[in-house]
Amino acid sequence: MSLLKINDMTHRFGGLTAVSNLNYELEDGKIYGLIGPNGAGKTTVFNLVSGFYNPSMGEINYNGEVINGMAPHDVASRQIGRTFQNIRLWEDMTVLENIKMSHHFKLGYNLIDVFFKTKKYQTREKEITEEAMELLEVFKLTDLAHERPSSLPYGIQRRVEIARALSLGPKLLMLDEPAAGLSTADVVELIDYIKWVHETFNITIWMIEHQMQVIMSLCDRIKVIDFGQEIADGVPEEIQNNPEVIKAYLGDGAI
Amino acid sequence: MFSTLLQNLFNALQWGSFYSMIALGYCLVYGVLRLINFAHGDIFMMACYFAFFIASWFLGNLAGMPGPIIFGLTMILTMVATSGLGLFIERVAYRPLRKKGAHRLYVVITALMLGFILENGNLAVLGASSRRFPDMFGKIVFQFAGVSLTNYKIIVIVTAVLAFALLNLIVNSTKIGMAMRAVSYDKFAIPLMGIPLNRIITFTFILGSSLAAVAGILFGMSYPVLDPYMGMIIGWKAFIAAVVGGIGDIKGAFLGGFILGFIEIIVVAFFPSSYKDLIAFVILLVILSVKPTGFFGVAKSTKI
Amino acid sequence: MDNAITLVNKKHINLWPAVLGGGALIILGLVLGGVINQYIQTVLMFIGINIILSASLNIVNGYMGEFSCGHGGFMLVGAYTSSILSVLFFTKSPWLGAPLLPPSSAVFLFPLVIIGGGIVAAFAGLLVAIPSFKTRDDYLAIITIAANFIFVSLVNNLEFIGGSRGFMGMKTTIYAMEDVADLPFTLIWTMVFSTLSVFLIRRLMRSTFGKGISSIRHDEISAEIMGVNTNNMKIVAFMVSSGLAGIAGGLFAHVLGFINPSSFNIMKSTECLVMVYLGGMGSLSGSVLSAVVFTFLLEVMRPLQILKWVIIPLMLILLMQFRPEGLMGNRELTDIFPKLKPYFKRRDL
Repeated sequence: MSLLKINDMTHRFGGLTAVSNLNYELEDGKIYGLIGPNGAGKTTVFNLVSGFYNPSMGEINYNGEVINGMAPHDVASRQIGRTFQNIRLWEDMTVLENIKMSHHFKLGYNLIDVFFKTKKYQTREKEITEEAMELLEVFKLTDLAHERPSSLPYGIQRRVEIARALSLGPKLLMLDEPAAGLSTADVVELIDYIKWVHETFNITIWMIEHQMQVIMSLCDRIKVIDFGQEIADGVPEEIQNNPEVIKAYLGDGAI
Repeated sequence: MFSTLLQNLFNALQWGSFYSMIALGYCLVYGVLRLINFAHGDIFMMACYFAFFIASWFLGNLAGMPGPIIFGLTMILTMVATSGLGLFIERVAYRPLRKKGAHRLYVVITALMLGFILENGNLAVLGASSRRFPDMFGKIVFQFAGVSLTNYKIIVIVTAVLAFALLNLIVNSTKIGMAMRAVSYDKFAIPLMGIPLNRIITFTFILGSSLAAVAGILFGMSYPVLDPYMGMIIGWKAFIAAVVGGIGDIKGAFLGGFILGFIEIIVVAFFPSSYKDLIAFVILLVILSVKPTGFFGVAKSTKI
Repeated sequence: MDNAITLVNKKHINLWPAVLGGGALIILGLVLGGVINQYIQTVLMFIGINIILSASLNIVNGYMGEFSCGHGGFMLVGAYTSSILSVLFFTKSPWLGAPLLPPSSAVFLFPLVIIGGGIVAAFAGLLVAIPSFKTRDDYLAIITIAANFIFVSLVNNLEFIGGSRGFMGMKTTIYAMEDVADLPFTLIWTMVFSTLSVFLIRRLMRSTFGKGISSIRHDEISAEIMGVNTNNMKIVAFMVSSGLAGIAGGLFAHVLGFINPSSFNIMKSTECLVMVYLGGMGSLSGSVLSAVVFTFLLEVMRPLQILKWVIIPLMLILLMQFRPEGLMGNRELTDIFPKLKPYFKRRDL
């Protein structure tokens, strides 16, 4: 069964066609890679799916529901987790508070409950904290619960960001260049980490990545785009040997 | 009927000229620094006062001189004085913040506060009595087809158009103008290209303040009663004009000034004049909510 | 003895109610005993009003990280609404005629009049909340200033409520209350409302719900991607903030007994800004502290007259240059004196 299905999606910024006629199908429980040269439109695809842009044409279907045109927070509440190229944790909140925010759309209490500190408010806050602590426990981040992200090393911040995305309880996790800015040693760890996340949470992962090591060792299937158009789709071995892909990355002269 | 229309047209052109000249000052600084120089309206107010003192001095000490020469001398000296003020503000208030890489909001707050200091400092120093701007050369009224035009009105409109033409020339056809446009594109690349950023900013403030100076003299001549708070509301409305046109684009700011001038004259024709401000601000609110970039501005998107 | 200490440490007894209740009782006692004269009472009331103003503006400017500089406008809406309600219900006026209710009922209904002003002001807050969906930073600042100008010039043009001449008659309500019981009612209600405001804001900003507001400050995109409906949170922040400003306005109107539109112009908004930035963005205790300090400063500088309005902006400029984070940064008193923590912090849920 397909979890995410993109039908013939096109997106234009003014005169520029950033994504054209893209088709995509993500099946449950696999790891997918989206690669392409700089400016190919990869992040735009992510932004379209997560609701920051509304596609000019086409349809995005997630879990049996059309999600294009929805606001990002509505998309998030339908259980899609996402990270960014540059880490976007809330630096003035603790790690625990960062995680707790994933409950914001399903708080179950309102402003009046907050003002009067009702029973409902107190029990819900307690549950939310407990759930967040449980999640941190799973990620072995319990010790860092009350730290602020800015005081943590970059590699750890990445993990916290992934943990935060997972706190939404997503079926689909979108990682936008998770290895960006990491050292070689950290990249090796990240690969294991993503594998572990995939197995532990049993979710679909969809990632954009420039480091071929990460893509090739993790992905079940890879799509390559350039200038917003699909140029190849297949298992890692096929992609590695595809002349179109090599051309797009290295230019015509390389062949 | 036709003559009233024509009369109002000229009134609107004159009124719009002031807005345009001040709006251009906002626009220049915004284009280069991405800073809304909220003190600009009060720089205009100070220009009126400078012009008042300079012209009064000339009229007192060089009584025999012909009006146009006094006018010219006043113009030049006022421009120098106002530029000095503009540069002083840039140096002591904006530049240190820029050097520290302070958040934009801190600069905006500083600008707002500078405006208050200029207004209230002026009031504290010069007292509450409002001053009358001296008449540098006699007012001549031309009458034709039921429309009355004064030489002042013509001077204002012509000067505004000339000032814009000159500014347009500077921004589009000179080296420093090119540098100014470049700064507004990418502030960080400019020093890398060997262009001295601070010199461009200095030049921008001189241009903006000089325009305020010109507007100040002409305003003083046309509406001779000066008071320290005159700059606030005019400055704000000129700013509205700049936003309507699309701040950051000098053509937009210039046209925006005239648009606002027309709107206000039309409003006054139908409502009590106390509604002028109300309607101007409502227009601002509506435009900013619907099309925040104004008529000529270009949308700038945040990178995700 | 030992037992008591462990009890305190263990259960984190909250000392706020005791401190505040005790303080209020002491002040009330001093007033009734005639130790505090009318002038000091007025200063105390202004402190209370300023606490509401700075703490409420801090929601938007501090916690949410936006820049609203039209707080005076919402104060105006609240001030006029509650003044009109007060005159309509409790006093005989040439314009609104006989009181709709017996004037003595003001003793019980006065807070409702103030809250009414707050509610209307909260809806006025929508005027800036909705544009804030699309606009940020300096453009939003302009919208808030424009809103302030609009409220002021609107009332200036509303002749039936006095226009620029102003509106009065609220003192009659206060006298009606004092006829029932000889108590300093305005002082009492100012203290009650300012304490309540601080408490409500504190609760809001500590809840996961309220953290949605702070999540916008640091990263709005992150907030959206984590499922926070940022538009909703902006509405909440602006409405709570402007509603409380309206309450402050209502109290202000009843303390002075006379209001006119120009008392709520951009200068008033600037006062609010100075307090927020003096105290530190996102620090509630900073806001309270700076409201106290600032009110005293204003009183001390009263003889300087207009020069006061050179010195206040200058203060803010210097603050921006040398300590933009304000007196407290975004810390709270309990961060500076960690030993106080168990007594004032809420129990960890």
